[in-house]
Amino acid sequence: MLKATDLLQLNNLACVKGERLLFSRLSFEIPAGSLVRVIGANGTGKTSLLRIMAGLSEPAAGEIVWNSQHTRLSRSEFLQDILYIGHGSAIKDELLPAENLMANCTIQGEAFSEPEVHAVLEELGLGERLDVESLSLSAGQRRRIALARLWLTQRPLWLLDEPFNALDAKSVEQLCLQISRHVREGGICLYTTHQSVDIASDRQLTLPLDAFCQPAKAQSEHSGLNGLI
Amino acid sequence: MQLNWFKYAAPASFFPLAGKIYPWFYVLAAILAIAGMYIGFFVAPTDFQQGEAYRIIFIHVPAAWMSMFLYLVMAFYASLGFIFNTRLSSMMARAIAPTGAMFTFLALWTGSMWGRPMWGAYWVWDARLTSELILLFLYIGFMALQAAIDDPRRGDKAGGVLALVGAINVPIIYFSVKWWNTLHQGSSINLTRAPSMASIMLWGMLLMALSFWMYSIAVILSRVQCVIVERERRAAWLQPIDQQST
Amino acid sequence: MNPAIHNQSSSFAMAIALLRRDLLLVYRRRSDAVTVLVFFSIVVSLFPLGVGADPSMLRLIGGGVVWVAALLSAMLSLPRLFSSDFADGTLEQLVLSPQPLALTVGIKCLAHWVSTGIPLALMAPLLGLQFGLDSDALWVLSLGVLVGTPILSLIGAVGTALTLGLRGGNLLVALLVLPLNIPVLILGAGAVDAAQSGLGAGAHLSLLGALLIMTLIGAPFAAAAALRISLD
Repeated sequence: MLKATDLLQLNNLACVKGERLLFSRLSFEIPAGSLVRVIGANGTGKTSLLRIMAGLSEPAAGEIVWNSQHTRLSRSEFLQDILYIGHGSAIKDELLPAENLMANCTIQGEAFSEPEVHAVLEELGLGERLDVESLSLSAGQRRRIALARLWLTQRPLWLLDEPFNALDAKSVEQLCLQISRHVREGGICLYTTHQSVDIASDRQLTLPLDAFCQPAKAQSEHSGLNGLI
Repeated sequence: MQLNWFKYAAPASFFPLAGKIYPWFYVLAAILAIAGMYIGFFVAPTDFQQGEAYRIIFIHVPAAWMSMFLYLVMAFYASLGFIFNTRLSSMMARAIAPTGAMFTFLALWTGSMWGRPMWGAYWVWDARLTSELILLFLYIGFMALQAAIDDPRRGDKAGGVLALVGAINVPIIYFSVKWWNTLHQGSSINLTRAPSMASIMLWGMLLMALSFWMYSIAVILSRVQCVIVERERRAAWLQPIDQQST
Repeated sequence: MNPAIHNQSSSFAMAIALLRRDLLLVYRRRSDAVTVLVFFSIVVSLFPLGVGADPSMLRLIGGGVVWVAALLSAMLSLPRLFSSDFADGTLEQLVLSPQPLALTVGIKCLAHWVSTGIPLALMAPLLGLQFGLDSDALWVLSLGVLVGTPILSLIGAVGTALTLGLRGGNLLVALLVLPLNIPVLILGAGAVDAAQSGLGAGAHLSLLGALLIMTLIGAPFAAAAALRISLD
């Protein structure tokens, strides 16, 4: 896990989607052991921010520094430390739950044995559904398979985009406990959600995206954000 | 001195520059066209094999040259825009595509017009015409891809990848079509085997090619102005004067 | 590899896992693969119905017809490469994988070729029989399709990656990819012609092989770049 001195810094980030400037001059510091909730109205760029942090999108300006290393330069080291779970569950209809989970983990460079995987799936309440193709699972069950990686992984930095979507109350509680445990052990977790959830943690931060959104009038100056060119 | 040139890489600075210089290229194009066509239609001798109809070559060949040249230039700008993330380069690529496609179509059309009096067929599958046809598909593909993508930056970069892949393929396509052409009996028809070139004919074609080049520059510069205005319409320098903050 | 990280899989294991997953997906939806072969047969059968069944003419056009049909069939199956992964979020995870994205693309193309190209290559001589091609020509046809279909998969990967999530996707991919595949068609059909006229198809097939190597080197990187652009 992380040392107490590990630090994630967002420096001057800006995001342009289509032709709209979603946010700019976003700077934020996230020390180890922090639970960060990104809040903002619909369309303010919460998903975009998480995707920029994971490296799926390029920011229009600014950079991310992880332990004094620019993530754009030391990309592979940064990738080894993050776990990103987006809106899509990355679950294939034709595969069994365990096959899905094992494949997703191996593709990310973490391999687990079948007993380990089965144990986690059972803990998440999927024990009876281990033999069916994922096609017949509900949205909530698929979400649980996608999130099951959180019980197996060793990675310190979690980026979770609306992880509680489609989950029932019991699963929500399980997820909250898992996130709490992760953060207590020194990990970092950034998440977004529309639901009211309560995750116990010593260091809770909120990242309000509204504070970094530009009013429409000032947008005209920022077109062409990548310097002059 | 170097700093001065880089300033024009920004759309806002390039826009007035383009506006100032493109009319001159229209003038140059007109002068060269008059010279080229005078040679082509009045000075160059009648070919004893093909008669007067061969004179279409003075438009057909330069148009074909321009179509290939413009594709390479377009691919160059599109790749620059993709590699260095410069918006103006990608805007230039977008501005070049329609003109390149136009010259390709012109080459095909004049080739067809040449074929009719010569061999009685409006279309012959000779190597150049077939390559031009495929080049037209490549141009259309580029424009269709950019038209289908709403996000302008994604369109710029996707166009860059496509144009680069296309440019690498163009020689491969050209040579395989040439080979295909030589393999098949019955295509002794060969538009590329032009009448033995008197040097005056070469001059005529060269002048027309230069004229087309000047014309292309003029048209592309004025078109890129339109692209700039459309893309940068939210920028400060394009807002009505009384609403600008400076 | 960082020994401090537990359960870290080697790059070879990651590649094999991806290949296995893709092949397993095709196997569990076998009907998709069969549809491609049925389309192949139908398109080939359209030609005699359209141009008449004169045996000498069919023998002349047979190689070309089968090749065109193989091209179109390969095109039909291209969406399978990325679109389902794009829709359910797997593609994002693949981009985040420590495995180089170009290698990931290469492996997916390999899986695509195994499930599409190889069956096409096996079926092509059967259809060639309908056109009265002799056995030399049939061998060359099959071998050519076997060597040419990976090229189709790789170039198709670039086209599919560029058009992820766009409206009019399939037709647009065909528009982009078919012109780029013309050299494969010329070489492949030319090989069959050469075999039929006794000239030997060695040159054609070697050139096809060279084209395959060039595409193998370049296309995965172009497709990887295109994927990142589409996911941005």
